[in-house]
Amino acid sequence: MPQNEYIEEHIKKHGRRLDHEERKRKREARESHRISKDAQRLTGFRAKMFAKKRHAEKIEMRKKIKQHEKATVNTTTSTPDDPDGLPTYLLDRQNTNQAKALSTSIKQKRMEKAAKFAVPLPKVRGISEEEMFKVVKTGKSKRKSWKRMITKHTFVGEGFTRRPVKFERIIRPSALRQKKANVTHPELGVTVHLPILSVKKNPQNPLYTQLGVLTKGTIIEVNVSELGLVTAGGKVVWGKYAQVTNEPDRDGCVNAVLLV
Amino acid sequence: MATVLPPPTKRARREAQQPNETNVIPEDLPFVQVAFRAADTGQVLAGGMHLVPGSSTVKQLELLLNGLLGSTDDPIPYTFSLVGGSSPVAINSDIYSDILRPKHRSTEDVLTLEYVPQAIFRVKSVSRCTATMSGHGGTILSMAFSPKNGTRLVTGSGDGTARMWDTDMGTPVAIMRGHEKWVLCVAWSPDATVLATGSMDCSVRLWDIKSGNQIGSAMKGHSKWVTSLAFEPLHLLGDRKGMRLASTSKDGTLRIWDVATRANNQTLSGHTACVTSARWGGMGVIYSCSQDKTIKVWDARGSVITLLKTLNAHAHWVNFVALSTDFVIKTGGFDPFVKGEVVSDDADALRRSSRARFLKASTQNGMTIERVVTASDDQTMYLWNPFPKGVVEESSMNVKPVARMVGHQKPINHVAFSADGRLLASCSFDNSVKLWDGQSGAFLTTLRGHVAAVYMCSWSADSRLLATGSKDCTVKVWDVRNGKLYMDLPGHKDEVYAIEWSSDGKVVASGGRDKTVKIWKH
Repeated sequence: MPQNEYIEEHIKKHGRRLDHEERKRKREARESHRISKDAQRLTGFRAKMFAKKRHAEKIEMRKKIKQHEKATVNTTTSTPDDPDGLPTYLLDRQNTNQAKALSTSIKQKRMEKAAKFAVPLPKVRGISEEEMFKVVKTGKSKRKSWKRMITKHTFVGEGFTRRPVKFERIIRPSALRQKKANVTHPELGVTVHLPILSVKKNPQNPLYTQLGVLTKGTIIEVNVSELGLVTAGGKVVWGKYAQVTNEPDRDGCVNAVLLV
Repeated sequence: MATVLPPPTKRARREAQQPNETNVIPEDLPFVQVAFRAADTGQVLAGGMHLVPGSSTVKQLELLLNGLLGSTDDPIPYTFSLVGGSSPVAINSDIYSDILRPKHRSTEDVLTLEYVPQAIFRVKSVSRCTATMSGHGGTILSMAFSPKNGTRLVTGSGDGTARMWDTDMGTPVAIMRGHEKWVLCVAWSPDATVLATGSMDCSVRLWDIKSGNQIGSAMKGHSKWVTSLAFEPLHLLGDRKGMRLASTSKDGTLRIWDVATRANNQTLSGHTACVTSARWGGMGVIYSCSQDKTIKVWDARGSVITLLKTLNAHAHWVNFVALSTDFVIKTGGFDPFVKGEVVSDDADALRRSSRARFLKASTQNGMTIERVVTASDDQTMYLWNPFPKGVVEESSMNVKPVARMVGHQKPINHVAFSADGRLLASCSFDNSVKLWDGQSGAFLTTLRGHVAAVYMCSWSADSRLLATGSKDCTVKVWDVRNGKLYMDLPGHKDEVYAIEWSSDGKVVASGGRDKTVKIWKH
């Protein structure tokens, strides 16, 4: 288990306190009272932040209610608008349109050799070692400077444990670790939040690939199993490559485009 | 980046070197007592017990049974299964290795063996793609083989055309243009003279088979798209000239058309929602199923069609209806397995032959029995025997289902009786195909292998193989006897929407979203 998950580890070992569920229920039951109190009493900046949060929540809730209302209305009469046609047995069904509908033209394009190696971002800005690494001074009088800290976002694998302090030359800060990426399917225009499986290649430096540094242009492997893609051989596609399109350290998230 | 398997362990290697003892039959195996029971009637063969060697193979049992039944001159192949336990045990090679060694029974017990006659002919499984025929500009939505044989195939597509193909050459024969929107369903008349197509543009059109030209104008009347077509079975025509055609539609009606005059004889309204599918049964009855959860049975023996009964059981949309006599009705007067006899195109001969074939296929205990199965979105199927007395009359009609078939975990899309009517295969969106007994509705086995929804299946004419098409881009052929995957046929680049095995068993055609029709042969 990674080091920072000590609370989870404790719960796993010793369980929760016996009245946890009841306390939780009570706290939740009081929640509306607390919100109401806050709404009435808060002033100044805190009131502003509170109002902003509330506003966002209410919009979210209204949207959800609207969606539910839409789902209950019987919308069977509309004729389907698939350009290529659907068999009769699929006509009245809710379009379970996961990003499956890869048209044949895309697949043909994939078959062409030229398209195979083309990536959306062919060139990237070079990143110097000074920018990538921050020197961490160690020793009693901070004279030693063999330790480095990565200043960019990274992907570390599942169950990674840091090495002992003496041997850890390169630190990947846990606050800058990323597990998921917003992956866009270029043809379908859908964006899905998918777990990252690995860093395939960082064009800057093979060392960065090894360290799992996520910069603009990095090729990552993402888990597309929830998209329900299938190969021509009838197997479920599991991992697929995607290229990072933003600078994650500027945005705090990883955006990527799927390579099809 | 292929994963290399670790080398086998020392123990595994040693075990691999040991002689395979599975096929060794002990010398001192005693005789066992065997009783034969017919699967269809359930009667034990006269003579009671027979003593046979414990090592008897299926072939030897077949010889014995043919001798007992007096059919040694023209032996019929049989399959045997041990009954009496919780589930029947199929005998695949011999009594010892299938029953005694797995300790289903001891040599002291009486073994009751159920025998099922097999088709005399054998359909070879398709194994390769011989042609990929492109031409359609849209998804392939439906297809149908000629009732005569597997050389002519018609496909309906999302580009508004239907095309006829020569499967021997892998070439197009005719392009049938006329519909303005998707061609959702195609059907051959059982005498193979006329072709009907139903479309998204709410019309039904008839086409001449030889030239591919449209016969007359479009038959309009439906206010929503046409979902299925059913021709009147050939043997019901008698001396009557005009054949009738039933079309079902999303608008909740069935329309009956006269094929010769293209006039709308009658409109059967009664369903309150989309009629998903209909079958014109061989007893002169139309079965229609609908999204209003009902199945309606219409009496079509006279010139005016009336409602007989409504069958209520399903709790959600009824998606498909199939009959135990589907195969003989579809092939009409053409028997694809009569060798050396040229199938006559003479209309009278065809009608006579179709009558004989229908009676042969449907007669049970001296009565004409036609079983009906319906598949539904409520994840169940019902097996019906609407006319248990063998005559179509309202008083003796059985509106209770024979069996309720549960097991699927998602809506069932398609269900099909095998050509001999003994087995049922159901395709569901839960990625599985299930096999059921066609007589009792008992569950037999599940065929697993597809990784996405299974859209359609088609039986081979000898009822030994089953082909399925799925959303996962593959066609798979299954061996029904042991419930195993027989052949995996990848090749399609996208979902497979339609699949059909020709009536002579030589060709399988499949088509789908990748706009190509593939022909699979042995």
